[in-house]
Amino acid sequence: MATTTQTEPAPTEPPRTEPLRAKRIRGTGRRAVALHVSLILGVLLSAFPFYWAVVMSTHTSTEIFSYPPKLLPGSHFDDNLSKLFDSVDFFGSMFNSLLVAVSVTFLVLFFDSLAAFVFAKFSFPGRRVLFATMMAIFMVPAQLAAIPQFVIMAKLGWIGSMTSLIVPAAANAFGIFWMRQYMKSAIHDELLDASKIDGASFLRQYWHVALPVVRPGLAFLGIFTFMGQWNDYAWPLIALTDPDNVTLQVALSQLNGVHGTTDYGMVMTGAVLALIPLLVVFAIGAKQIIADLGKGAIR
Amino acid sequence: MATVPLVEKPPAPVAGPPSSAHHKKGILSYWRLYAAISPFYLLFLAFGLIPVGFSLYLSFHRWDGLGSMEYAGLSQYRYLLSDTDFWSSIGNTLIIWALATFPMIFLAMVTAVMLNSAVRFKNVYRFAFFLPNVTSVVAVAIIFGSVFSTNFGLVNALLQAVGLDQVAWLNTPWGIKVAIATLMTWQWTGYNAIIFLAGLQTIPGELYEAARMDGAGPVQTFFRITLPLMRPVLLFVLVISTVTGLQSFSEPQVLLQSTANESTFSGGPDHAGRTMVLYFFQQTFDNNDFGYGAAVAWGIFLVVVIFSIVNWRLVQRRGED
Repeated sequence: MATTTQTEPAPTEPPRTEPLRAKRIRGTGRRAVALHVSLILGVLLSAFPFYWAVVMSTHTSTEIFSYPPKLLPGSHFDDNLSKLFDSVDFFGSMFNSLLVAVSVTFLVLFFDSLAAFVFAKFSFPGRRVLFATMMAIFMVPAQLAAIPQFVIMAKLGWIGSMTSLIVPAAANAFGIFWMRQYMKSAIHDELLDASKIDGASFLRQYWHVALPVVRPGLAFLGIFTFMGQWNDYAWPLIALTDPDNVTLQVALSQLNGVHGTTDYGMVMTGAVLALIPLLVVFAIGAKQIIADLGKGAIR
Repeated sequence: MATVPLVEKPPAPVAGPPSSAHHKKGILSYWRLYAAISPFYLLFLAFGLIPVGFSLYLSFHRWDGLGSMEYAGLSQYRYLLSDTDFWSSIGNTLIIWALATFPMIFLAMVTAVMLNSAVRFKNVYRFAFFLPNVTSVVAVAIIFGSVFSTNFGLVNALLQAVGLDQVAWLNTPWGIKVAIATLMTWQWTGYNAIIFLAGLQTIPGELYEAARMDGAGPVQTFFRITLPLMRPVLLFVLVISTVTGLQSFSEPQVLLQSTANESTFSGGPDHAGRTMVLYFFQQTFDNNDFGYGAAVAWGIFLVVVIFSIVNWRLVQRRGED
């Protein structure tokens, strides 16, 4: 595997003028260098906005507005931080975001894996129709339901509270589909049959036979759900009508709307702080997420 | 297809206590299973199916969300067809989509091919390229707002450094679109590269070996072997980009909200960044025109469906040639 990819020509490079044989022997090393240089350039492009945000969060507005632009960190992070905490209820919003993301993640993991277990391992009347319906639901765009959703939640008295974000997100088609694919191959029917002979109930089978073997699948779904909820913006913007009781993303956006043209240093400090919890979660699950994402796409 | 072996197996290892289950295989004996899948369907009923049906009903009415509903027949849709603001929002969306998607797919493919051949540090690279995608659009839009700022933005500083004229990026129609598209390209290139990479890794190495034996150059190999075999993955990426790209909202909303004077959904100067979904939000939640908002939502749905089918056909057609 490694040897074939090593000698395999990189199509993006222009053809060389040297003789073929020489190229294959000497070119491998040089090509590797060229590849890594291009890739590192890509990494720098990916990473630069993060770096610049950090740099800006350490400068005053006057410094930011001056030319040439500041490319190295300054010394005003403390000032920006205290201004940030004066302008928005940063920790209150962060608590709301955590509350929503954590609750939704646990609800999704439970409801989705339970439904997936049923779809993967049992047959019952209407299974095909129910599953097909669920996949069709996948395709319905959010804004089609947005207005009535708002109206229904207003009637229920949920508008303005985190309930309006948590309840509708508690189970989803993607997670059920994902876990079903995972469970079909990971849970062996012999195990289920054996547990049935032992007299295990349905819930017992789910909890003691199914869940332990699908932990990696749950990890992916959990991290994916957490990040999605943490970053969610459009619906919270509409549903959280009390400007003092919002999630972090909405608070950041308010901050940008009010101070975005005047106090970039402070706004950027907020953006940087809001990224930290997410980056921590991503760092924990990155390997799994990246691998599963690819698998999901080529399946 | 994969469900076949399941059906052949003795059905339902657990359906009620063993004694009663054998006699009556009535639908009620499966109640545990139905209960287990019910949360999703109940939620979908309450926050999906009923709302979607209601929004269709709404689109034939006039309603401000508070007073009484008034039947309006097809007039909302008739107005939609003649609404130049809606048409220009379709134009904005498609232009931004094209500006973002084509460079993104190209860059993602190049990155994936490079990653597929560079054996060392592959995981480090993948991690770094994926990072932009996990960050929130709000934070990213705030950061890119400063990158494209007219007065102190990095892009203008660069232009000035090489002696070119500065551009008022967030104040001109094309500047706005380029800024939004750049943001999207930055955020999604790594994600798509990882999907392309997964596709590339399924292509057997012997194929490349054989191509090299036949004297095919790198470019030829790419167009004759890699690209045709990657068509399904390319299709997947294109459809996902179409469905998400045509419904872009957060990027223009956050990027342009502070330049807006009338509404935070107005899409900046001359509404140059007002995408379809922004227009939907503006009509619905700023103007409280729930009936017209619903009609706009169905219009967007139709545009997305048509455009996805067109894209799908184009990629498939080329496969048959």
